[in-house]
Amino acid sequence: MTKAAIRAEAEALFAAFQAAGALPVETEILQPAGTLLDLYGEDIRARAYVTMDPLRGEMMLRPDFTVPVVQAHMAHGAEPARYCYCGEVFRKQEHLDNRAQEYLQVGFEIFDRAAPEAADAEAFALFAGTLAPLSLRPVTGDIGILMAAVRGLETTERRKAALLRHIWRPQRFRALLDRFAGRAPMPPARAHLLERLATGTPEALIAAAGNMIGLRAPEDIAARAAALIEDASVKPISAPEAALLYDLLSLQAPARAALDHLRGITPMLPAIAPAVDRFETRLAALAARGIAVESLAFEASLGRTSMEYYDGFVFSFHGPQGWPPIASGGRYDALTAVLGQGRSIPAVGGIIRPHLVAALKGAV
Amino acid sequence: MLKIGVPSKGRLMEKTFDWFGARGVTMRQTGNEREYSGAVDGVEGVELVLLSAGEIPRELAAGRIHLGVTGTDLVRDKLADWSKQVAELAPLGFGHADLILAVPACWIDVDTLDDLDAAAAAFRAAHGFRLRIATKYHRLVREFLTAQGVADYQLVDSQGATEGTVKNLTAEAIADITSSGETLRANHLKILSDGLILQSQAVLFASRPADWSGAREALGVLADRLGLALPEGLAA
Repeated sequence: MTKAAIRAEAEALFAAFQAAGALPVETEILQPAGTLLDLYGEDIRARAYVTMDPLRGEMMLRPDFTVPVVQAHMAHGAEPARYCYCGEVFRKQEHLDNRAQEYLQVGFEIFDRAAPEAADAEAFALFAGTLAPLSLRPVTGDIGILMAAVRGLETTERRKAALLRHIWRPQRFRALLDRFAGRAPMPPARAHLLERLATGTPEALIAAAGNMIGLRAPEDIAARAAALIEDASVKPISAPEAALLYDLLSLQAPARAALDHLRGITPMLPAIAPAVDRFETRLAALAARGIAVESLAFEASLGRTSMEYYDGFVFSFHGPQGWPPIASGGRYDALTAVLGQGRSIPAVGGIIRPHLVAALKGAV
Repeated sequence: MLKIGVPSKGRLMEKTFDWFGARGVTMRQTGNEREYSGAVDGVEGVELVLLSAGEIPRELAAGRIHLGVTGTDLVRDKLADWSKQVAELAPLGFGHADLILAVPACWIDVDTLDDLDAAAAAFRAAHGFRLRIATKYHRLVREFLTAQGVADYQLVDSQGATEGTVKNLTAEAIADITSSGETLRANHLKILSDGLILQSQAVLFASRPADWSGAREALGVLADRLGLALPEGLAA
């Protein structure tokens, strides 16, 4: 498989996206590292090439297009907008298994306030149509339903915020949920601290713990101690409610059946009703575009481990076992708010990896 | 010729010489005691290369030395996919050190990674930047915190006197190696109860990519003498 063959594949995909009405856009390859680090956290350092610019400081070789495309749209884009792009992204690989460090991505993004579910369906149907000759296995999900379920829990705002913050880190999310639901015991040190706080003020305990050092001020420590005391008196998330959330996390079914299941549990988790309505609207929009929603795979937890910005509809297209997804995407409304400095716009999109498309075609 | 890399000074070098000596392989420095040259007696075809312990992982990965003595911590931090690049032949039973996460002792509310994560979220909200953890073990610390689902932190590089960074306001927490914990206590720091990242010691490593064609016989003799079981791919 030659670079020219991959480039030709990319050009064909890029042309298909332009034919679908998307405006081609370019972004810089060198991106300021600060924005990406603030967004993804330190993990991105393991995945992106970091380099030093004498004037602009730490820079990264573009690890994905979404961030710069959103920034460009928020700075001077007209609404609604459909964009497409084609170019290299760079990902460090930590394992000696021949995964590409430098490869092309061809992407398509919709920024539209009018009808988000219609935009979801438009994006998915465009990808499904473009990739149809490859007979890939599509999987869909909806992180919005999970987030709505967390927001609707009968517990404190602090606990909900902690869970929402870790939606994209399933292991820590699970640990928090286990503790908030009373399924995991309180760590011994926490119990010990609460005992000591019952008889002494946080200020006194801090003073007794030794010299005060560092930027984290005594008020910061005392504030968290107060929060721990408050949290200790909060009753656990009820067993039925927790059971519903665990059930939701592991829900995998064909989309239509998943919708019926979600409708079934909505009376017990009324907060998810609007998100389930949106799911239903999306399925109707997908069906109207010819997608077979009776057989379309749905996994409620899809997209929770990939990139930390999808907050609604998510999708991926899979080829042979062991390969990365051939294409993936989703909705990232909150990201536009983070990058929009106060403004935001509903947005959905995704990318195709042409080197995998070319490899698949070569293998057939 | 089989090249074996050994730390070029201090206790690590002495202990390494002792370990080999006890097994009938005599290593010694040649020339002036400040001169970095050495010799191996007792086995034909083995050349001693004295190197900084920190460079031994890189030399093994490049295949410029066949065997090397260095710490588990250095190999796992400096080499991506370390087990594909080097093989552990024998733990040597010295150079023990734990890579740990430590925070100020005055943080009465932080004892676990769960606490650290919550404190990091609050710290970022209050101060406008991610909580700084000073370390020189970037890969190990990042992989550990990723696996544990800790967010809202950043690693800042510290190549020495890491325990002092919190007091100097260049970090809020540290990740460093410790053996007794005394330096941590003297600098008003405490170890998180689940903050043990790695237990390290000196290990004899073999390079996988090195050219073994002229060194296999010497390796066989050395392995017999040292009582080593050779992993697949290295055995004659």
